[in-house]
Amino acid sequence: MDKLVMKSAGWMLIALLALTGFALSQDPGYSVHMVIIGLAALIAMGAGMKGADYAALARGALNMPADQGLYDDDPVRWGVIATVFWGLAGFLVGLFIALQLAFPALNLGLEYTSFGRLRPLHTSAVIFAFGGNALIATSFYVVQRTCRARLALPKMARFVFWGYQLFIVLAATGYVMGVTEGKEYAEPEWYVDLWLTIVWVCYLLVFGGTIIKRREPHIYVANWFYLSFIITIAMLHIVNNLAIPVSIFGSKSYSAFAGVQDALTQWWYGHNAVGFFLTAGFLAMMYYFVPKQAERPVYSYRLSIIHFWSLIFLYIWAGPHHLHYTALPDWAQTLGMVFSIMLWMPSWGGMINGLMTLNGAWDKIRTDPIIRMMVMALAFYGMSTFEGPLMSIKAVNSLSHYTDWTIGHVHSGALGWNGMITFAALYYMTPRLWGRTRLYSLRAVNWHFWLATIGIVLYAAAMWVAGIMQGLMWREYGADGYLVYAFSEVVSAMLPMYLIRATGGLLYLSGAIIMAWNIWMTIAGKLRDEKPMRDAAFDPAKDHPLPAATAIPAA
Amino acid sequence: MAEKRIDEATGTQTMGHEWDGIEELDTPMPRWWLWTFYACIVFAIGYTIFYPAWPMIDRATGGTLGWSSRDDFDKEMQTEARRRAPIMAALAATPIDQLSANPELMQAAVEGGRAAFKVHCVQCHGSGAAGSKGYPNLNDDDWLWGGDLKTLEYTIEHGIRNPDHDQTRMSQMPAFGRDAILDGKQIADLTAHVRAISRQDKAGAASARGGQLFTDNCAVCHGPAGKGLRPFGAPDLTDAIWLYGGDSDSIAATISNARYGVMPRWGEKLGPVTVKMLAAYVHSLGGGEAAPPPVADPAPDPAKPHVQP
Repeated sequence: MDKLVMKSAGWMLIALLALTGFALSQDPGYSVHMVIIGLAALIAMGAGMKGADYAALARGALNMPADQGLYDDDPVRWGVIATVFWGLAGFLVGLFIALQLAFPALNLGLEYTSFGRLRPLHTSAVIFAFGGNALIATSFYVVQRTCRARLALPKMARFVFWGYQLFIVLAATGYVMGVTEGKEYAEPEWYVDLWLTIVWVCYLLVFGGTIIKRREPHIYVANWFYLSFIITIAMLHIVNNLAIPVSIFGSKSYSAFAGVQDALTQWWYGHNAVGFFLTAGFLAMMYYFVPKQAERPVYSYRLSIIHFWSLIFLYIWAGPHHLHYTALPDWAQTLGMVFSIMLWMPSWGGMINGLMTLNGAWDKIRTDPIIRMMVMALAFYGMSTFEGPLMSIKAVNSLSHYTDWTIGHVHSGALGWNGMITFAALYYMTPRLWGRTRLYSLRAVNWHFWLATIGIVLYAAAMWVAGIMQGLMWREYGADGYLVYAFSEVVSAMLPMYLIRATGGLLYLSGAIIMAWNIWMTIAGKLRDEKPMRDAAFDPAKDHPLPAATAIPAA
Repeated sequence: MAEKRIDEATGTQTMGHEWDGIEELDTPMPRWWLWTFYACIVFAIGYTIFYPAWPMIDRATGGTLGWSSRDDFDKEMQTEARRRAPIMAALAATPIDQLSANPELMQAAVEGGRAAFKVHCVQCHGSGAAGSKGYPNLNDDDWLWGGDLKTLEYTIEHGIRNPDHDQTRMSQMPAFGRDAILDGKQIADLTAHVRAISRQDKAGAASARGGQLFTDNCAVCHGPAGKGLRPFGAPDLTDAIWLYGGDSDSIAATISNARYGVMPRWGEKLGPVTVKMLAAYVHSLGGGEAAPPPVADPAPDPAKPHVQP
């Protein structure tokens, strides 16, 4: 009882601090954020005072099975729902800003809906809200099962989930109101950064604690990747966001770094957010869900060790390739480039280990749409981790930099690799988490697969063409030694590509809507009555082996 | 923990580890993977020997090739400057009104102007130089201040209505409505007259009253017939080309509030050769005029700008 009083008093104190912040606020963005924080603290206090009741209510509303005692899966179930929700939100904003580029009138003449404000909303929603929730949920799912241990610090695990959602809401509302540090993928302002730091350290404690209490002699490779992701993101986040607020009651802050140092720190962060958030973290997902779904052993233990250590050692130095041909000194550009080239094979190690795990189960590509999704994810992973080192070569970069080629590269990685492997993991986990015999519909997964794949192909192909066209037009000189095209002429030449890109985005979003419906129905406990997917079974009678040369009858 | 066993499908031994049913095979690393990885490392080390790379105590290694991006850039620029030097020198030495005598030089000037236009002028005049409301179309032969080479050069060099520059093109139309010089009805009559002389409306009683007002208030700059006068940059009101719109509302707004279009002076920023090239380019767009007879002064006397109080 005393503990409950203390806790409620703690939440109340936070709510009062938020109220103080609101009263003394220097700008409207900060005021809105203080209201959100105050409300969150009051909700947490209310939930704490009725503790068990609320958990049961949530369980009833979300159709969750009662805790079976083996694993602590409630935060994972919330995470599955949050991943689907933020995914839809992020894809929708992405489609909208893609249309804004094609039809500028869609900026609607309002600061809140302008491209500049919505673009970070899209990137953060898909990377941190969709991807981040997928990583937190799958890491909690995987670490318990591969360590044969329940989550350490279960209350802290719940705090991590809700604290992370609060971070997302604060970041997203901030972008729309123009509260931003202006650093790509690190836009949230100082107090949101501090909050994320607290949440992230708690995440590390929960994850690390679960590994420490494991009942397995070794740590599984997926957990190496999760751990490297959590630790490195903490380091990147703290260093890149070192800043001094103008006022403790205002949202504006200034970076601790300036000029080219600031740029290099930012891209050390930005590139490794890709390396450790979108690569290492999602490789961890791959290392658990691919062998589970394929029911095959991991291809090569030795490869997993070598590619893990070489990947994390080399990735951290590759950031300067984002600053080729800038004020960054030549030596740093050189190192950024050569480390990126050395990174090619370590990245591919993960693709090989994933694809070759299907050795002995290749037929499942034909019969299992979830495996198909995983294979497509690994194919796009391989493609974009080849494209990355290629684009880091200075001669290539002089053409590709600042063009839509970069956007195409990022999206073949994000839509193809991160999106597809996340969808596959969600499809794997949902029936198991809610105790269903199978997904509501496997045929819907197949639809999702094809819509997403065609969407990605349209998107990436359009951006490759647009980017290379842009790069060539920008650098085209006439016989007299002058540039041939005005910038605006290049912009208008891009319109058809922008339309194709938006179409690809629409298809990808449609696939995700089908997934949301499928997962919703699975949670609701329904099974769609449909023809099973295994309609291409092997028929030995129809299998005519090639006749030997002597068996061919003479004509 | 599982025992080591031979996996049936691949014939490979497992590691003897097991997590949640996941085992690992003891497959050696693919050779092609390993050798490609080594090759990338060798390339990386070699590259860092040839190019600036490793940070030392007070500077980084410079690389055996002695290459730097600044040198590289400077060399490229110098090569291009050397290639272009004779043309630039010839352009600098040739007065613009004599450019037509040298078609090759004229062509070089037009090309240079086309490039400079794309950087400095498209923001207002549009990438096809077709202009937009308030920014003249440069493809037609309707010129506010004159369209021969020398006049264009002067306009570009000194700009239009730069109050801090003595030689700038300067004139100001009075705001007849805002400054209460004419009342609303008079402005309506005047509008009717302008609509009539531009043959958009038939002449009537209102336009007849407006005609007298025009003679009293407007003819001094726009000419008695409304054909415009270039020394004041006053547009021809009888043609179909309108800078701010030729519908009744736009004309009434122009009379009431006046217009004050500004263009920066480019001479100080771009230098005489680029200005010359820009003039040649604009002249080449289709509406360029022949030089006036030598006695005529293409520029207005800047000492007596026509400015109303």
